[in-house]
Amino acid sequence: MKASRFDSTVLTLCFAFLYIPILILIIYSFNASKLVTVWGGFSLEWYRVMWSNEGLMDAAWVTARVGVLSATIGTVLGTLAALALTRYPRFPGRMAFTGMIYAPLVMPEVITGLSLLLLFVAMNVERGFWTVTIAHTTFTMCYVAIIVQSRLVTFDRSLEEAALDLGCPPVKTFFKITLPLILPAIISGWMLAFTLSLDDLVIASFTTGPGATTLPIKIYSQVRLGVTPEINAICTILIGLVTIGVIFTSISTKRAETRRILDEHQAVRAAG
Amino acid sequence: MAKSLGPVKRKFSPWTDPAATPFIRFENITKRYGDFVAVDNLTLDIYEREFFSLLGPSGCGKTTLMRMLAGFEEPTEGRILLQGKDLSGTPPYKRPTNMMFQSYALFPHMTVEKNIAFGLEQDGLPKADIQARVEEMLRLVKLENFAKRKPAQLSGGQRQRVALARSLAKRPKVLLLDEPLGALDRKLREETQFELMDIQHTLGLTFLIVTHDQEEAMTVSDRIAVMDKGIVVQVATPAEIYEAPNSRYVAEFIGDINILECALVENAGECVHPGHPPVVHLESDGLKIAVEQECAAVVGDRVAFAIRPEKVRISLDQPPETGSNLAHGEVWDIGYLGDFSVFLVRLEDGRTIRAAQANVSRLVDRPITFGDMVWLSWPLDGGLVLTR
Amino acid sequence: MAETGATSQNNPWRWLVVGVPYLWLLVFFTAPFLIIFKISLSDTAIAMPPYTPTFEGFGAIGDFLSQLDVENYLFLTEDPLYINAYLSSLRMALISTGLLLLIGYPMALAMARAPSTIRPTLLMMVILPFWTSFLIRVYAWIGILKPEGLLTLLLQSIGLFGPDQQVQIFRTDYAVFIGIVYSYLPFMVLPLYSALEKMDNTLLEAASDLGCPPWKAFWKITFPLSLPGVIAGSMICFIPITGEFVIPDLLGGAETLMIGKTLWTEFFGNRDWPLASAVAVLLLLALVVPIVIFQNQQQKVR
Repeated sequence: MKASRFDSTVLTLCFAFLYIPILILIIYSFNASKLVTVWGGFSLEWYRVMWSNEGLMDAAWVTARVGVLSATIGTVLGTLAALALTRYPRFPGRMAFTGMIYAPLVMPEVITGLSLLLLFVAMNVERGFWTVTIAHTTFTMCYVAIIVQSRLVTFDRSLEEAALDLGCPPVKTFFKITLPLILPAIISGWMLAFTLSLDDLVIASFTTGPGATTLPIKIYSQVRLGVTPEINAICTILIGLVTIGVIFTSISTKRAETRRILDEHQAVRAAG
Repeated sequence: MAKSLGPVKRKFSPWTDPAATPFIRFENITKRYGDFVAVDNLTLDIYEREFFSLLGPSGCGKTTLMRMLAGFEEPTEGRILLQGKDLSGTPPYKRPTNMMFQSYALFPHMTVEKNIAFGLEQDGLPKADIQARVEEMLRLVKLENFAKRKPAQLSGGQRQRVALARSLAKRPKVLLLDEPLGALDRKLREETQFELMDIQHTLGLTFLIVTHDQEEAMTVSDRIAVMDKGIVVQVATPAEIYEAPNSRYVAEFIGDINILECALVENAGECVHPGHPPVVHLESDGLKIAVEQECAAVVGDRVAFAIRPEKVRISLDQPPETGSNLAHGEVWDIGYLGDFSVFLVRLEDGRTIRAAQANVSRLVDRPITFGDMVWLSWPLDGGLVLTR
Repeated sequence: MAETGATSQNNPWRWLVVGVPYLWLLVFFTAPFLIIFKISLSDTAIAMPPYTPTFEGFGAIGDFLSQLDVENYLFLTEDPLYINAYLSSLRMALISTGLLLLIGYPMALAMARAPSTIRPTLLMMVILPFWTSFLIRVYAWIGILKPEGLLTLLLQSIGLFGPDQQVQIFRTDYAVFIGIVYSYLPFMVLPLYSALEKMDNTLLEAASDLGCPPWKAFWKITFPLSLPGVIAGSMICFIPITGEFVIPDLLGGAETLMIGKTLWTEFFGNRDWPLASAVAVLLLLALVVPIVIFQNQQQKVR
């Protein structure tokens, strides 16, 4: 059909546009030549250079710690916020609360970064690791809230009602029924929060202090000086980590889903 | 089918007229999806002004057949003729058919009015004509006061009417209805069935309806095609389908029926009633059965005897009949349906036969109850012999 | 937490569930905005922190108000640099959003019309770049667009360019557009896709059945029904693009004026915090309308 040929052309072009720049970046991280446009043969030289760059490695370590910590706190807060949004249709200031959840998603980073910095200055807090972590928690929790909320909206409440009916107290019901069922959404929320924290340059630049230089800040300061294969190498590693993470979680959620469907079929067959 | 039902008065029966030309003709239609054959070498004629039903369980190919007529699917083999013209290659938007979708497919962003006008606008009719036709349609489906509403602001029944009005607005040569009443509750469904018949009669259009609901098909149709696994098993009027099914499949699909496995003892025996066919004698595990019917089977063939529960008489006393068409058993279960009671009677050999009795008086305690030993009997023209 | 209706009213858990995230956002999201607003009204001082602290205790509100002035805002209106940066940012964001729609819509449509078996894979392929770092994705384009970069190399090797010709888009607005479209494409495609994928295919069949040819059915049915997705996608892209810093900084040239970049320079370069705050407040004001539209859209979707 005509339409499907048009569609596949569009898809091919768009995906080429999305992926070719990244592929080039990855390929040139293995380039032996220092010149970006000249292919000097395969080499892992730049990975070695990167590895021995202490500043870069320190920044990576800071970034990892900020990421894990802010993603974890952000996931807890975001899950609570999602529960608040879906389970409590009425509480004072609900409109404002909803607004505060959605606004950070689109807020220009320069504004979020600057405003948080000014808060920390006003509170007379020394800037560094903790201020970056708090800043990241604040914007990642909103993403988590939205992911978990979309799962909770489709959640079958009668499962909880069944547990209550069978004598399970509410809090226990939450931990035994609700939490396991929304766990995949919480995990993908955590993953997203971690990646967002890993990626952030602007907010971190505003809220960081001495001794807490994150990887994007480091990369940015080097990129301004020009393209170097060393940056390609670190970027390739970051892309690799994220890709593996995303594919792994999506496969494991898909497998869980498939298993659930199979189980249900079996149950139906057994009952019939 | 073979069995004559005597002289029947009919106003409208073009299919019995050999000179009549079919309005729609499905000619050796086959539709395959990969290895799956949805419609298998099917030939079917539908006449002008007919209210025709395609009846069958889901997956029997009835919807595929209708979608091929609408143009959403092309037949793998064969062709579809409308008034003698081959429709192959004509896209849906150029076919003189309109369809009422099972989901109604009302455009959610348009008002009722706009939905109804949509098809007319495509034809580029003048605004005034469109307006007039929309108003006429709204009157027809009694939704004059809902013209400015969006589909989301209507009840299920009202949406169904909008969908009907929209598909009728263009005065299609054929209106296709895909499970049109499936989403309505029972009472509304019954009312709407009669309204549909009314509208079809008033407008003089040809209606083709796809349904899995046998009652619906029986109520509205001039003729029914019962389908199974991509083929048409029987095409006949509702009465013929019910009273003279041509196979076990049709007999069991339409209504309730008792089926007894039998051996044919004697074919074309004595003639009891003048003008009726001669009697066929069957035997089913000691039970003797006689049926007035012309039958193609020969002595010794395994056949089935089928009889509707309402044609089985039930009594506590032994009826006058002797020998054939008589059985004795215990009342095992009773289903009280209000207008009817259905008795499940267990014969001595363990087989069960259902007998239905009209509840003609307002008794709360019926004379026949659980555990009673009862007699079952039926007339010579009560049941029929099925050879397939 | 698992309770419904009446029982939830006096449930202590409710205060935890609602209160903790609420408080966090009040302190770390809303309070900073009030501070930014306040500082934008302060005087510049050379001392560190580079603004005169105007808020000493809650008692001194009268004092505080008397110290406020709008001189930063007046300065912004006097210097054409800022006005131009605003207008230029809005213009860039508008054009980019248009380009994103132009590319993203056919892509989302093609994805939604793809066989349902490959749709999850396509979706995954759109989401994956969205997970990779923004900075990395922008960086990837530098190597391509540079005058001696890979695009020049490609054009030279296929003979379109002579050996002395070079692609002159790096450090221009064109490079910024490419970078923005590249970085924001998934943000545009995802809401469009989810709107288009939800659409009931029988609506198109019904339109066709009523005599509407496919291209016309697209404009009468598909497009109007996907409008929520179009609006959501446009807002999700337009708002952050207006304040974008990384892309114009790395790919744009000296003549690329964008307010995010100006703010960054004011803050990190000139260390004029009050002025930077005033820039931020005005940027925020410019975005109030799109943000409200976005919020309403999100409310409606649920």
